[in-house]
Amino acid sequence: MRTTRLLALFAATAATVPLAACGGDDAGSDASSSGKITVAASDTECTVASAQSDAGTVTFDIANKGNKVTEFYVYAPGDRVMGEVENIAPGLSRELIVELAAGTYETACKPGMIGKGIRNAFQVSGSAAPLTEDAKLAQATKDYQRYVKSQTGALIEQTTAFVNAVKGGDIEKAKTLFPIARTYWERIEPVAESFGDLDPKIDAREADLAPGEKWTGFHKIEKDLWVAKDVSKSGPAADQLLVDVRTIVDKANTVTLSPVQLANGSKGLLDEVATGKITGEEDAFSHTDLWDFAANVEGSQAAIAALRPALEEKDAALVKTLDDRFAAVEAALEKHRDGDGWKLHNTLSQADLKTLSDEINALSEPISKVAALVAGK
Amino acid sequence: MQRRKVIGLAGAGVVGAATAGAVAWRATGGEAEPAAPAPDRISFYGERQAGIVTPAQDRLHFVAFDVITKDRAALIDMLQSWTAAAARMAQGKEAGALGAVGGLPEAPPEDTGEALGLPAADLTLTVGFGPSLFDNRFGLRARKPAALADLPKFPGDTLDPALSGGDICVQACANDPQVAVHAIRNLARIGMGVVSVRWSQLGFGRTSSTSTSQATPRNLFGFKDGTANLKAEETALLDDHLWVRAGDGPDWMTGGSYMVTRKIRMLIEPWDRTSLLEQETIFGRDKGEGAPLTGKGEFDEPDFAARGDDDEPVIATTAHVRLAHPTQNGGARMLRRGYNFVDGSDGLGRLDAGLFFISYQRDPHRQFVPVQMNLARRDQLNEYIRHVSSGIFACPPGLRAADDFWGRSLFA
Repeated sequence: MRTTRLLALFAATAATVPLAACGGDDAGSDASSSGKITVAASDTECTVASAQSDAGTVTFDIANKGNKVTEFYVYAPGDRVMGEVENIAPGLSRELIVELAAGTYETACKPGMIGKGIRNAFQVSGSAAPLTEDAKLAQATKDYQRYVKSQTGALIEQTTAFVNAVKGGDIEKAKTLFPIARTYWERIEPVAESFGDLDPKIDAREADLAPGEKWTGFHKIEKDLWVAKDVSKSGPAADQLLVDVRTIVDKANTVTLSPVQLANGSKGLLDEVATGKITGEEDAFSHTDLWDFAANVEGSQAAIAALRPALEEKDAALVKTLDDRFAAVEAALEKHRDGDGWKLHNTLSQADLKTLSDEINALSEPISKVAALVAGK
Repeated sequence: MQRRKVIGLAGAGVVGAATAGAVAWRATGGEAEPAAPAPDRISFYGERQAGIVTPAQDRLHFVAFDVITKDRAALIDMLQSWTAAAARMAQGKEAGALGAVGGLPEAPPEDTGEALGLPAADLTLTVGFGPSLFDNRFGLRARKPAALADLPKFPGDTLDPALSGGDICVQACANDPQVAVHAIRNLARIGMGVVSVRWSQLGFGRTSSTSTSQATPRNLFGFKDGTANLKAEETALLDDHLWVRAGDGPDWMTGGSYMVTRKIRMLIEPWDRTSLLEQETIFGRDKGEGAPLTGKGEFDEPDFAARGDDDEPVIATTAHVRLAHPTQNGGARMLRRGYNFVDGSDGLGRLDAGLFFISYQRDPHRQFVPVQMNLARRDQLNEYIRHVSSGIFACPPGLRAADDFWGRSLFA
């Protein structure tokens, strides 16, 4: 989500639109009411035409009237994403169709695609039976599937833009786009990792290779950009990257992760941070590890958010702890923000890294308890 | 969090039977301490903390933590969880009631498992609180004992701040290194989010005897040092020199003791090239027996007035045994409990080795400080050693029963 204004250049021309699909059960009777709810987004304001709606399908029509790329979210309590539209370029409009049960929500515009965004309360009324525990878990997997879909849409867009920059020989632009494309990849990496050899094809580091193995993917091109400073021969690698990303996206959108897999995924993403990002091993040439760090944490939080209704019932104190510790990680990371992005890993001191490591440990321990909780024995 | 609750329960009901589902893999009964502890177990409860006058075990894992939470209640909660886990591990049990393999398959094991099948190995866990804990974070400023003031800088100190100090320390001693490491590892894990490891040190061989039943071991220079150590059997001396008395300072420390740690790197290779004569002159003892140069047996009192044929003192004025001796330091005694360490080799191929010095005393500023100042100024041994890490900690009295916990009187 940590993108720059540059995105506007290609978001407008991107072929696909990452529309958040509707979730929910087959409550597909008729929509709440006649009209769409318009949202006027600017760089400083987020005007939602109505602050309430009936339960059921709700459609928002978001117009970006600002100068920055924006995003629009509908959150349930605890920042559980009910629906989102990413990458709304200045001057464009997008629709978000979302299934909402009765309850209290928040809407958010995120000009510049950073931070908590401009929030508004949103009330949904009507009668909807509370979900049973099993239904809440089933809902969790659907919610997460929706998240994966939105992320994979953006992943293809951003990887396409990155690949085009590489093939066009625009090294500076490619360097700018590299951590942004990786953001969408890192958020859903547990899903990607379930597809065996595709993950290494896309994300292998030079040190991962056995003698004689061919090196492909993001990090190969990273080395071309930052070390060789020559992408004249990188075209085939770039094309292959896009092919592999498209393949994995197709597969990712067909899998459903079980609640236990979601829980393990949320832990796995933090393990990625602890083992690869804090050490600076992930992006050894570009040192853009903090983009990946932030994305891993966001992905972990998305998985927990999907499980939240079920967790609230089983152990509300744990949910509170997770909220506090996610917030602490965000606050620690925020100290290293640089504009719309992040400082380079090699500019952080050992003390900075120790603080980040402590916060990730503090979060990972309680998160490691979630899987057994949702396994429900 | 679930883990902490389980541990809390276990701690609160230590006399009850093990929680259902627990795997009693070492002990066969409940969690109460047996009336007569098994030969390889040291009682965790008592008037004093274990691990001070306990006959020095062979192995050490020492750790200093920084407290990273600002939440006083979270810190107290963790100290309670630590105490319950420590009480279990001192009995040779796993850190939590569900243990290494007794929990849900989807959950990470409560205990890390590397001590499964090992005996208790005389494990002791001793806690101490550093000066930095008494800043404003937890409202403890008024409870800081004067004796816990930071140590002064000693001449020649080359301390690494990253290896020094700490808010809380735990000294784990055992006769099996894996048992000591297991204990520290599990406490560090329980403390995630509340404390963070600042530095730690492994020691592989004791350098002190803390009981008359033990022979004096040798340090890595090959010498017996600390012959005049305080020993467990000398109860009157311990009351004078080791244990904090009522009126010495704040009540919460009465019955406790102050710990000083110094990591002393030894410059092994130059030492090994030094003649036997010079080595013995530097220590003031003979290398074989450990006898003072004025005597025949290890425990002969050194005669600092004795002069040789050349009219020079037999025990040099700069000899280690003279400078460290109580008679030369206004009667200051300490209980030393140090360990030899080898942290592999340094980048130049030299042994990265030395002494992890630990001493306990009633007031470090009247005992350790004058002795160390004396040594730092004049000891010939300084040519072969470097002090690289330093710590001072207040170790409260022992825990009376299972409803007591580390720091209870401090946080009361």
